[in-house]
Amino acid sequence: MCGIVGLFLKTERHRQELGRLTAMMLHEMRERGPDSAGFAVYDRPEGDATRITVLAEGTRPDWGAIRADLEPVLGAEVTVTPVHDHAVFSTSGDGALARQWMIDNVDDLAVLSHGSQIELYKSVGDPDLVAERYDLAGRSGTHAIAHTRMATESAITTNGSHPFVTGANTCLVHNGSLSNHNRLRRQLERAGESFQTENDSEVAAGYVAWRLAEGDTIDEALQRALVDLDGFYTFAIGIEDGFAILRDPIACKPAVVAETDDWVAMSSEFRAIAQLPGVDDAEVWEPKPAQIYTWSLSA
Amino acid sequence: MSDVTTFDLAEQSVRELNQHLHDVEGGSFRVTNPRGAHAVAAGIDADVAVEIDGSVGYYCAGMHQRGTVRIDGNASTGLAENMMSGTVRITGSATMSAGATGHGGLLVVEGNAGARCGISMKGIDIVVGGDVGHMSAFMAQAGTLVVLGDAADDLGDSIYEAEIYVRGSVASLGTDCVEKPVEAEHLAVLTDLLERSGLDADPADFRRYGSARELYNFHVDDIDAELADGGPDEVDAELADGGPDENGAA
Repeated sequence: MCGIVGLFLKTERHRQELGRLTAMMLHEMRERGPDSAGFAVYDRPEGDATRITVLAEGTRPDWGAIRADLEPVLGAEVTVTPVHDHAVFSTSGDGALARQWMIDNVDDLAVLSHGSQIELYKSVGDPDLVAERYDLAGRSGTHAIAHTRMATESAITTNGSHPFVTGANTCLVHNGSLSNHNRLRRQLERAGESFQTENDSEVAAGYVAWRLAEGDTIDEALQRALVDLDGFYTFAIGIEDGFAILRDPIACKPAVVAETDDWVAMSSEFRAIAQLPGVDDAEVWEPKPAQIYTWSLSA
Repeated sequence: MSDVTTFDLAEQSVRELNQHLHDVEGGSFRVTNPRGAHAVAAGIDADVAVEIDGSVGYYCAGMHQRGTVRIDGNASTGLAENMMSGTVRITGSATMSAGATGHGGLLVVEGNAGARCGISMKGIDIVVGGDVGHMSAFMAQAGTLVVLGDAADDLGDSIYEAEIYVRGSVASLGTDCVEKPVEAEHLAVLTDLLERSGLDADPADFRRYGSARELYNFHVDDIDAELADGGPDEVDAELADGGPDENGAA
């Protein structure tokens, strides 16, 4: 099954409440995915520092020591903010170098996201507890996507939880199952993508990451995904200044969108949207199959 | 409608509401704050009148018999699925599989209906004020689907003896679904359904679609054609070439 939600705030009005509203939506999707949960929150901080969210599951790394080793590599100051078993590294130095250095040099660490605007948290367990542990409700920002997982294609692990990163400031959540993911994974590995799990959704994320790295726009990448991905899917893709959604051509997996002057919300079910402020005046509709929808602050 | 019982789903559970509707013989009911809840007013089998004030989730008014349900809002998957009799009306839109497998009664969707509206319908009448999504009336066996707007791809795929009327465009017809002439008897059916649904349209503006009945029987001639075409050898070659994985279905 799985449940997905996305909330994009068009105006300043609810940005202080982004996390609270997203947590409320996530709570309603608990029954669709009680195994695990995750969320990505986008905000617009001052400056252009790169933030790298990492996960050290079951280990207790010395975050300060990692930071001290990283600073001379970058020749720039690094700050680190631990959040339970996650930590957010922030630097105005070379973000791509910092990310690669952590992948190459720090054992038992999963790099979940990187970019100037994104932070990403995920874990196994009750979605409400996951939201609480990483303080989703306390977060502000412009947009967020989140996921509740009912595992069907691979094990219940934190690395098998969504969202999956697809590049700087982009990530993906998936409701559905892909039938050609093994073959596609092998093809993508030959193209240079790496995978941490047997999960089908990670392959979809890897596919989008590969297309974005090849220079596609998000629209182009998703157009190609319609051809190359076989199976059932509703995707929500968080991008730098908004989000995109795509359903497979058969549209077996549900999706509903609601829009007001202040926000756009999408979810697997309307009940996740039903309590958002101003919902009674929202335009509510069902996204069409095989059609790409995007909302962004720059549009 | 002087004596209306109100259920506030912000305070009471769907189970309490449905149990009550199953226990009574009749009466009028108003349901507030449904907030997308599933299975609201499912399993009614009594001469009740239920008005739902807001949008509902899956399987609203499922298995409905006798009585009327009116939803002032939208509905998710499976509105009035397996409906047997009575009337279900929604003022907004319904998503996937509205009226699926319905045996009887009248379902009126004043807005749009999503994919697979009336899938495997078995006698229900469905009138949609707006558009219907792809594969509507898939394997429809009996009953009537009336669409005032447009129909998306593969309308009436593998249809049996149900009748489809569309006023707008049809993106494509499914396998074995063809356009048929509109005779006086069909205009009478349309006139009656439009009147009962309360939707304003001229019966003369509709086109009629139904089964070509080409899928009803196994055509032994087709097997000869396939053998002449290469037969089993060709299938083997296809499998060696990559098999079902490559082709989706070999």
